[in-house]
Amino acid sequence: MTMIELNQAGRTFKVKRRTVHAVRDLTFTVAPGEFVGYLGPNGAGKSTTIKMLCGILTPSSGTVRVAGLDPSRRRTTLARHIGVVFGQRTTLWWDLPLKDSFELIRLLYKVDRKVFAERLAELTATLDLGPFMSTPVRQLSLGQRMRGDLAAALLHAPEVLVLDEPTIGLDVVSKAGIREFLARINAERGTTVLLTTHDLGDIERLCRRVMLIDHGRLAFDGTLDDLMASAPGLSSIEEVVTHLYTAGR
Amino acid sequence: MVRTYLLLAWTWTRAAAAYPASFALLLALGCATAALDLAAILIIFANTTSLGGFTREEVLFLYGTAGIAFTLTDLLFSNLDRVSAHIRDGTLDTFLIRPVNAWIQIATDRFVPARIGRVLQAAAALGYALAALDLDPRRLWMVPVMILSGVVIFTSLWTLAAALQFALVDAPEVSSAFTYGSAQLAQYPFSVYGRELVRGVTYVLPLAFINWQPGLYALGRDDPFGTPGFMRFLGPVAALVLALLAALAWRQGLRRYRSTGS
Ligand SMILES: Nc1ncnc2c1ncn2[C@@H]1O[C@H](COP(=O)(O)OP(=O)(O)O)[C@@H](O)[C@H]1O
Ligand SMILES: [Mg+2]
Repeated sequence: MTMIELNQAGRTFKVKRRTVHAVRDLTFTVAPGEFVGYLGPNGAGKSTTIKMLCGILTPSSGTVRVAGLDPSRRRTTLARHIGVVFGQRTTLWWDLPLKDSFELIRLLYKVDRKVFAERLAELTATLDLGPFMSTPVRQLSLGQRMRGDLAAALLHAPEVLVLDEPTIGLDVVSKAGIREFLARINAERGTTVLLTTHDLGDIERLCRRVMLIDHGRLAFDGTLDDLMASAPGLSSIEEVVTHLYTAGR
Repeated sequence: MVRTYLLLAWTWTRAAAAYPASFALLLALGCATAALDLAAILIIFANTTSLGGFTREEVLFLYGTAGIAFTLTDLLFSNLDRVSAHIRDGTLDTFLIRPVNAWIQIATDRFVPARIGRVLQAAAALGYALAALDLDPRRLWMVPVMILSGVVIFTSLWTLAAALQFALVDAPEVSSAFTYGSAQLAQYPFSVYGRELVRGVTYVLPLAFINWQPGLYALGRDDPFGTPGFMRFLGPVAALVLALLAALAWRQGLRRYRSTGS
């Protein structure tokens, strides 16, 4: 049983007659309940991978399966099984108060009213959303907005959650809150999580498994201990990751 | 689909209700611009009794039927013309992660209920023409049919234009020229246009089936261009064919969608 499965997946973009291989020959699987850190330097292909996982981008080659579905062909069905958070932009409705965004999500995902109320109450308590529930999304601070986005991605209780740089630009307190929350979701609900981040603190605190991609290719896949062991002599995760990034050049 | 549409449109209507002054202003503006189109027709008839061989009431009938179809589409689906903006600012990505049809989400995003004003204005013009014309009651069934196929034709045009924006992200104006231009054209009897143009908008882009061909039937008139009688009834067929093409183009556009790099 696998939650995410990529087989020789590739995606190219034509940019001014040149072909950019954003992701190439990517093969890996993620089992249910895993918490995976997806690392790589800027432009490595992390966001492209995530967009293929949720069906936004159609792979140019190979196959992708998430929760047993082909994302680009079964996108709207898959949407009920997957939660997506983009740190760079909100998935909430910019002009609507947070609580209206949530209500709209309830209706779009057809979540039962009672179940929804329970989930929202729980998320409101753990993410401390109460104080800005009636504020339009555009007026929220980055930290508040990110908490709102996380709640929005989880209201339909997806089996798998993918996060593209959810802690980008957050202060240490907001970061800590979000880390704690993600750890809890993974432990208590068994939600599979795939997280991209440039913050290695996120990785150390949360991820049992780390994948590293560079130039669209998988450069490392293993536990955090394996990662440290891969470069003997280097003592911090920063050093090891930097070593791996530069080794690929 | 209909449920999702209503749900989203209602959400934006409620959001608009928070700004009643802006609603009123938009409503007034919409009515004023529509009134200008109508005024143009009335001014023409101040100096003449016929336009392309049609009386004032007949022209108002053609104007009203095309107008209702166009303004209904404008109210319900015209936000489709913002696809390129959604591509550029990344909001299309967020539509694509929801469990509902992306086309409906785009069509309803920031739904503007005030556009209803122009629908009412076109309906008033048609109501006046129908009252004044004394049409054959056995032919009146064509009126709702032509309005419906007109809505489908305009919606398909909008969808085609939206699909085109996947390829021409930087040129959204090209596609709106095409939709608004079609609407302008259909306001007048086609007999005022040249034969070649009318051929083009009959056999290539089927604008003639919005109101011209079926309108001739309802008015009990022969086609000055001499097309055969069965063409008066082809509106629904033209609408379906165009809708099918538009749906295919839209699907293709989404599959080719490349998001934005960041
Ligand atoms: N929509 C796009 N059009 C053109 N090139 C793109 C697009 N999206 C991504 N790329 C390119 O693909 C590569 C990988 O990008 P991305 O997946 O966003 O990297 P990451 O998220 O790891 O920083 C980069 O070279 C980027 O410029
Ligand atoms: Mg990225």
